[in-house]
Amino acid sequence: MALDDRKMTATEERLSSMTLPDVGCTAKAREAALVRVRSMGLPGRRDEYWRWTRPDTLVQPEAPEAALFQGDEVPFFSGRDRLKIVFVDGVFDPARSDDLNLEGIQVDRLEDICCTDDHWAEDLYGELEAAGHDPVDRPLAALNTAFAGDGVAIRVMQTPSKPISLVYFHESTDSDVFLHHVVRVETGAEVTILENGPAAARFNKCMEIDIADGGTLHHVRAQGRDHERRAVTHMFARMGEESVFKSFTLTANGVLTRNEVMVELTGDNAVVHIAGACMGDGDFHHDDTVFITHDGVNCESRQVFKKVLCNGATGVFQGKILVKPDAQKTDGYQISQSLLLDGDSQFYAKPELEIYADDVACSHGSTSGAIDEEALFYLRARGVPHGKATDLLTLAFLAEALDEIDDETIAEEIYERLEAWLSRRRHG
Amino acid sequence: MLEIKGLKVKLEEEDKQILKGVDLTVEAGKVHAIMGPNGSGKSTLSYVLSGRDGYEVTGGSATLLGEDLLDMETEERAAAGLFLAFQYPVEIPGVGNMTFLRTAVNAQRKARGEDEMSAAEFLKVIRAKAKTLKIDADMLKRPVNVGFSGGEKKRNEILQMAMLEPKMCILDETDSGLDVDAMKLVSEGVNALRDEGRGFLVITHYQRLLDHIKPDVVHIMADGRIVKSGGPELALEVENNGYADILAEVA
Repeated sequence: MALDDRKMTATEERLSSMTLPDVGCTAKAREAALVRVRSMGLPGRRDEYWRWTRPDTLVQPEAPEAALFQGDEVPFFSGRDRLKIVFVDGVFDPARSDDLNLEGIQVDRLEDICCTDDHWAEDLYGELEAAGHDPVDRPLAALNTAFAGDGVAIRVMQTPSKPISLVYFHESTDSDVFLHHVVRVETGAEVTILENGPAAARFNKCMEIDIADGGTLHHVRAQGRDHERRAVTHMFARMGEESVFKSFTLTANGVLTRNEVMVELTGDNAVVHIAGACMGDGDFHHDDTVFITHDGVNCESRQVFKKVLCNGATGVFQGKILVKPDAQKTDGYQISQSLLLDGDSQFYAKPELEIYADDVACSHGSTSGAIDEEALFYLRARGVPHGKATDLLTLAFLAEALDEIDDETIAEEIYERLEAWLSRRRHG
Repeated sequence: MLEIKGLKVKLEEEDKQILKGVDLTVEAGKVHAIMGPNGSGKSTLSYVLSGRDGYEVTGGSATLLGEDLLDMETEERAAAGLFLAFQYPVEIPGVGNMTFLRTAVNAQRKARGEDEMSAAEFLKVIRAKAKTLKIDADMLKRPVNVGFSGGEKKRNEILQMAMLEPKMCILDETDSGLDVDAMKLVSEGVNALRDEGRGFLVITHYQRLLDHIKPDVVHIMADGRIVKSGGPELALEVENNGYADILAEVA
């Protein structure tokens, strides 16, 4: 289908100021991705998939400026034993990173994916992204594959002794960053990947995840708190037999965040849980767009998204479960809920199920509500002041999403941080 | 302890007078019971005293130890020593029972300018009190009242009362939904808290609860007023003859 003129103009305008980076052995993948971008066109505000999230500031050539977060908050996961891989405004910083050698894993920067030694990631770079446009176009992901300046390829051969921690700092108010990571979890290996930090004024991230049979990936992400930052992130996961992928994202602040997750359950008996908790106050727009494809027998998928919104914040959820004809015994679950703390905030939800197999159990639900007055009165009648009681109920609302984190110490760290944020907001 | 004078209350949303001048004084160390037909205003009285939204006080006063209750926020009333055992305890998914209780105990202590209870001390105290009410560790860990049976919910109310050590306890139909054994357990819990410095107001439909929690004074409430007061024998009279005779007598 030919692109309409307006879209083509916007796309070419964006591309005109960009050149394909020469990073590692990814040139072919980048050229192919650029062809995809041109044929799809960058998202426009009339695209159905962008109905509730305006893509213009993600598409326009210049990244809108974003002030840096002012605060003395200790970054997430700081006290934890982990392998730290640090990016400052999208550039790997070896000085702030740990030694990347860790038993059981191999970590290379994209620039180290060298054509001569047949690197494992050479074929994977851009492969899952390219496959992820059916049935919905994700042109910003293709744009990422074409223009990502940095990123890492992480191969997990055996379960490492500690989590891999991707840390993103934002130190320049107008940074416009594309990062692209490629992850492969080999048969039977288990790994935890942590991500935290604001990364850039405008951040476009793509992570391609290939989990082999029996592999397990835990992913916990805390997105940065800079109020004015913008981010669009994509995770493309392909899952083998009996593999497990559990992902949790915490988002607080950020003027615009769109987190897209595409999972393809190709092997039998695989399990995927995608969860998110977000707390938005004021000029905050947060969009979770998830697409899970069941193509194996007896797989389980779970989507749990909770958003607390106030002072005009907006939340969006577009989640789909597609069950292919042979994906019998599928167990699919999807819940998206918002807690609107005032009348100014908005939540848009589009839950979808598309099922072609006949022996499946799929359920979905979406709700939007205020603080439960009965519960509030009960707490107050026991002496808990109004503000504290509201906080307790807010945390309780988010708890179902936090429960999706398997590591209790990480769940606890996130809970305590949320508690501190709420308490600070109350006390000014 | 609790002094209610000429209390008049209407619904906020509609022009409906529920309490039409309630006079009631509960002394420290005493147990007062209120009985009365459905719709007489018993539960409304308990809600208004604890500060629930939806009611408008149109006249009269209510004080606890001389302090104006009606002027306080719900949580201030609790910190001042008022406790309402709910007829329908509220389920709060996502909030652990223990967290809830510790937050409440320490919030009240803080409001009164007392030191907060340490986690260790709290644990010690709650374990002992839970044991006498046959509340196991699992119930303490679970979210507040979620998946609790009717009896468990009421036992949980009494546990809260025992932990918060209020001065004035209002029990709103605590016997509803209880079998005989549960009623005995709950009553023992209440009786263990009877104390010279503490007042009780027990709202009930049935005399049988008053077999276990023996009242000093029984009031009959009808159409928004206390229409008759007497000793424990008044409850027996209701049990045997219903309200018709008493209401006819005062009409």
